[in-house]
Amino acid sequence: MIDWFTWVQLAVAVTAGLLCIVLGLAGRAPNDVTNGALALVEVLLVVQLVVAIAAPAFGNEATGSLLEFYTYLVGALLLPPAAIFWGLLERSRWSTVVLGVAALAVAVMVYRMLQIWTVQQA
Amino acid sequence: MTNVQSARPETDRRRRMSGIGRVLVAVYGVLALAALGRSFVQIVAKFDEAPLAYALSALAAAVYVVATVALVRSGRGWYRVAWATIVFEFTGVLVIGTLSIVYPDLFPHDTVWSWFGRGYLFIPLVLPVLGMWWLAKHRPPAAPSRGANGADAA
Repeated sequence: MIDWFTWVQLAVAVTAGLLCIVLGLAGRAPNDVTNGALALVEVLLVVQLVVAIAAPAFGNEATGSLLEFYTYLVGALLLPPAAIFWGLLERSRWSTVVLGVAALAVAVMVYRMLQIWTVQQA
Repeated sequence: MTNVQSARPETDRRRRMSGIGRVLVAVYGVLALAALGRSFVQIVAKFDEAPLAYALSALAAAVYVVATVALVRSGRGWYRVAWATIVFEFTGVLVIGTLSIVYPDLFPHDTVWSWFGRGYLFIPLVLPVLGMWWLAKHRPPAAPSRGANGADAA
């Protein structure tokens, strides 16, 4: 895991989450902005996956359980597409809030991944 | 989905999972995913350490998944399944939560429900209450008092 990249990813996920929740509560149905924000979160997760696979080859090893790390990563990868897809089925304000919930959940999972990678015992 | 349900599209589905209920279902989904992931790791990596706690985790995870599906699906059958699973969760979090505090030795390792779901921001404690409230407010169209073809009238 690359520290600065992970923090950027966290910032993007939290921002996307808050943005979607605010827009949703303001009555907006999912649109290009909200779906784009979630798509960006997803792309960063895919980059994170590539980084995680490549990092050990460069001496950047996880200190915690790799099994747990990848369980979080795979779980997180599922969330944005599921939320976007569900939002396409019913275009209401609450679907936008769901996008926000998914992005925030990804943020929590990425933070746990960071702990597992960098802090022993996590 | 059965033919009966596709004959009355939208209306039925709308009752259960539309509006703010979607957010409820989404949070259920995330919790189900979290519980599944954790229990997968526990069982693969260290089942021998605490078989009771980890078996419970797996059971809880499975029930969360069923509850999520039941909340999304329409029809009276799924409505009952939703009630059963949510009541099971609520009972679980109360019983295991209390036991884990009164007899910590019983649960040396965390479960979803230890300390009333503290490891999950107490979401396991709050969610069943919201779920039961939601179900009580959104009975399926063919309620017992209505008769089988109540949906056509709606």
